[in-house]
Amino acid sequence: MTLDLDMMMMAIFLPLFGAIAAFILPRAAALVGLVTLALTTGAVIALGLEVRQSGAVVLPLGGWGAPLGIDLRADGLSVAMLALTSAVGFLVSIAALDALKGADQARERQYFWPLWLLLLTGINGVYLSTDIFNLYVMIEVIALAAVGLTVLSATRAAVQAGLEYMYASILGALLFLMGVGFIYLQIGRLDFTGLMGAEPTAALIAAVALMFVGLALKTALFPLHLWLPAAHANATAPASALLSGLVVKAALYIVLRLAQYMPFPSETLLTLVGLMGAGAVIWGGIQALRAERLKLLVAWSTVAQIGLIFVAFARAGEVGLTESWKAAALLILAHGIAKAAMFLAAGRIKDEIGHDVIRDLDRAPVRPTLAQFTFALAAISLIGLPPSLGFIGKWSLMEGALVAGYWHWVAVTMLGTLLSVAYFSRVLSAFLRFDRIRTPVAEHQGWALADAAPLTLALTAIGLGLMAAPILRFIEIGYPFGAAL
Amino acid sequence: MTPDLIYGLTGMAVFGIGLVGALCAQDRLRRVLALKLCSVGAAFVLVVGAWREPPGAPDPVPHALVITGIVVMVSATAVALALIRRLQTLEAEDDA
Repeated sequence: MTLDLDMMMMAIFLPLFGAIAAFILPRAAALVGLVTLALTTGAVIALGLEVRQSGAVVLPLGGWGAPLGIDLRADGLSVAMLALTSAVGFLVSIAALDALKGADQARERQYFWPLWLLLLTGINGVYLSTDIFNLYVMIEVIALAAVGLTVLSATRAAVQAGLEYMYASILGALLFLMGVGFIYLQIGRLDFTGLMGAEPTAALIAAVALMFVGLALKTALFPLHLWLPAAHANATAPASALLSGLVVKAALYIVLRLAQYMPFPSETLLTLVGLMGAGAVIWGGIQALRAERLKLLVAWSTVAQIGLIFVAFARAGEVGLTESWKAAALLILAHGIAKAAMFLAAGRIKDEIGHDVIRDLDRAPVRPTLAQFTFALAAISLIGLPPSLGFIGKWSLMEGALVAGYWHWVAVTMLGTLLSVAYFSRVLSAFLRFDRIRTPVAEHQGWALADAAPLTLALTAIGLGLMAAPILRFIEIGYPFGAAL
Repeated sequence: MTPDLIYGLTGMAVFGIGLVGALCAQDRLRRVLALKLCSVGAAFVLVVGAWREPPGAPDPVPHALVITGIVVMVSATAVALALIRRLQTLEAEDDA
């Protein structure tokens, strides 16, 4: 037997070993973390080149192969998600070096790295799995690490929010497990290939619906979003960026995969999914308008944006699903990058000004201009102004809905856009007002090297819009599933 | 009614009771216990589904799923309990 260093194995096991090493060596945790991330990113790049050259790659673990064994598989969409995770993860890590440098943050520094690397293990595992039970295990790994990151700051509010998150996560996982079990009992297979040929009976639809409800809880789709705002708003800034930018995407990705590989249950269910998304867009928008603190506003905007991704999903009905998943994937990528940038920027603003009460932002004598600029750039991508990636995502959402004649989804998207302009303006106008304080404000106050990472992310979110065509071509590699085998 | 149907429905009922508890219970510990009940119900259904008429051997795959589920649930419960303890300490500090 030859020792074959497969890139997919590396993408999962490097972070796992890194997490263990960072836990054992708390003094060198940051170094271990950065080295691990660099190596993992290298593996993802190598995998991406391989996929671009020769299409989707499959690795039967231990040489067993599905249905008996477990397969890992990487296609365009997997690699795109892995790349999102690596890129956002790397920049957030760099920002974390600065955000957690305080003398009273030794504990946070010690535990941030092992938890984050464990989280990376789970997320990469989700993107490479082709087996619904494997997915269950991976989302549990993610959940445990994510709860740990939520309570990292150990304040009362954070622990409270973390506990609520834990309840929601356990319940979501159990519903998912129940669905997985029912599917196995009916068709005797757990791998995607087996699911593809399955006859959509009423019982199978019920099983898929159970899984969907579980995933909706994990990704905080309205009306199951109740845990998210508190959890994301009370975590420390780098943790919030990871939770909002990356963690919720894993469950979204599973929904996307299920829709790709299974005969989608029915038009009614898909419309219901779209309606839940529409509810999230409107309710999340209204709550963001009412939020008093900056981080809470950003967290509510996550609820709204996740809703929009589900609207993209349902935009053209059942027949349109073969195209709609691409619009959803674009929005996922756009939101991942922009939201991570925004949470980091919000954290920087809070650090510099000392609070994040929106009403008093324009009264602060300190102007963290670069962080504010970053926040504005991220807002541009989240609102969906051209040429950002968010714009391309929304554009393809509306285009597909128009072609299919589903005007109501266009209306929802417009309303969501309007709401996001409104709630981000609350913050941006405070950044631009200088007349509230009597003391002179220094123009370039509050710049720091720490702004580099979020600024890079925000610029990427805007710049990637120009690359939308290659990205779209890339995520189609290996789709549909059967073609590459 | 065959035995496996009775067992299966019982498992679903246990899951349902747990679900109601997890959503409605006020007390933190009760909610953890309700979630445990949910997991027992889910495991029960899977084990029953693996059962075959006596000459046939039970399907081992659902058993493997249940064992993995138990391991996951143990660690999740441990984290939840640790959080509850921590929260109580923090609340006691705030009140004092």
